Amino acid sequence: MKVLVGVKRVIDYNVRPRVKADGSGVDLANVKMSMNPFDEIAVEEAVRLKEKGVASEIVVVSVGPAKAVDTLRTALAMGADRGILVQTDEPVEPLAVAKLFHAIAQEEAPGLVILGKQAIDDDSNQTGQMLAALWGRGQGTFASAVAIEGDAVTVTREVDGGLETLKLSLPAVVTTDLRLNEPRFASLPNIMKARSKPVATKAPADFGVDITPRLKTLSVAEPAPRKAGVKVESVDALVEKLKELGVA
Amino acid sequence: MKVLVWAEHDNAALKDATLSAVTAGGQLGEVTLLVAGAACAAVADAGAKVAGVSAVLLADDAVYGAGLAENVAPLVAGIMGEFDAFVAPATTTGKNIAPRVAALLDVMQISDILTVEGPKSFTRPIYAGNAIATVESSDAKLVITARATGFAKAAREGGSASVSPVSGSGDAGLSSFVSAQVAVSERPELTSAKVVVSGGRALKDAQTFADTLYPLADRLNAAVGASRAAVDAGFVPNDYQVGQTGKIVAPEVYIAVGISGAIQHLAGMKDSKTIIAINKDPDAPIMQVADLALTADLFTAVPELVSKLA
Repeated sequence: MKVLVGVKRVIDYNVRPRVKADGSGVDLANVKMSMNPFDEIAVEEAVRLKEKGVASEIVVVSVGPAKAVDTLRTALAMGADRGILVQTDEPVEPLAVAKLFHAIAQEEAPGLVILGKQAIDDDSNQTGQMLAALWGRGQGTFASAVAIEGDAVTVTREVDGGLETLKLSLPAVVTTDLRLNEPRFASLPNIMKARSKPVATKAPADFGVDITPRLKTLSVAEPAPRKAGVKVESVDALVEKLKELGVA
Repeated sequence: MKVLVWAEHDNAALKDATLSAVTAGGQLGEVTLLVAGAACAAVADAGAKVAGVSAVLLADDAVYGAGLAENVAPLVAGIMGEFDAFVAPATTTGKNIAPRVAALLDVMQISDILTVEGPKSFTRPIYAGNAIATVESSDAKLVITARATGFAKAAREGGSASVSPVSGSGDAGLSSFVSAQVAVSERPELTSAKVVVSGGRALKDAQTFADTLYPLADRLNAAVGASRAAVDAGFVPNDYQVGQTGKIVAPEVYIAVGISGAIQHLAGMKDSKTIIAINKDPDAPIMQVADLALTADLFTAVPELVSKLA
């Protein structure tokens, strides 16, 4: 079974984003960029499926600027077999990305597509669900456990009330939550090996997909700051405050 | 504008998240509530009484009982022919279903809106809430998820809408429900509690977490939350997680115990009215956003707090 995995190049999760002075967006110049953490979990899950003999080939796809090839190389170093870069310098929204993945899914015919549940830059949490809709397949979102059994996948999902388990016919789309696995670090030999793994570069037009954004960003602002608090010296002061707030 | 609002429920009761979505939808236009489920007529009746709801559509069918997106999304997309906007609460249910609806309608969804700025423009948090974007849609229809903390809850009484049946295409044959492990708790629900007591990795283990924080939560009738670190370490189940990818809470009082305050955690609680932090590190990020910061060893401070509140 072929597994298709999506990876996005985003601001590193340890970096505090800064809003540009002109309010046009977040300043990404000279900022450390990394693979979206949920996508690392997606790559790891695919690699584990391959190690178990369930997956035969892992194809990793990124939609983004030329630099996104670095993100693909990271996935290849973790154990993916080949990459596809759909290169564009334009901003791409989840709907456009889902259409591109749909086109690639039709070409590649994977048994399973694994995506991160959300990217930590736009926090949309949409692409996997949209791909499943366009492709006409089942979706196992926010997965904390994935098990392939014959022509179906059982997905345990992290939901507001606890956990929920669904069974989906394959092919299907799974989106990863934090506790699905702990992604590995690529070893130096594997990083070296990844350099010679194939990466195909395509353009959105090659798939006949119009990526024109549907949303226009009017402005981006810092959230309203909280006013500075006070240090209290003792538990008694906390007790007094809780009583004042009417909760104790 | 005609607005279809997704009712979040468990086939028996209407959840509070619905009430915030009704308020968000009401700021756009006339609200019709969609109740999709199995043997859920009581939910539709409750929905009809909600202030601001002008009509209720009831899709009562076994195939909608588990809320499977594969079955529910075509139902919603079909109904959307008569509506201009679809609004779902930004819960795990709404986040699962709404993008599937959006794709079927060829609409770019607007996730997690905080405010309605105009008929097609909204604010939403990006980068874990470190920036707030104002976006305007160019799509013919709107598909939106609304963050509960951004909108007041509509009153459960005051409406008198009529309930009409609606049906969809039934079972898509792609997915089936296997099981659910739903946490049962005597405490208030995390996302709607007036007071939340949250713990971090400093609580050491599951037993210590429970022994230390539950007496305080009991005393304050508080919900219990946790940082990602505490959930990853297995102190508490996943549904306790507060943060960028967990639950977003904005209680009257949020008490963070032994939580350092990574930006991903702050994203889930920084809209709380009053934040109280107890941490032995005076320089921890949580101490910078707290209204009241107590630098102390939590293992002496929390029991002392419990005894002095008794």
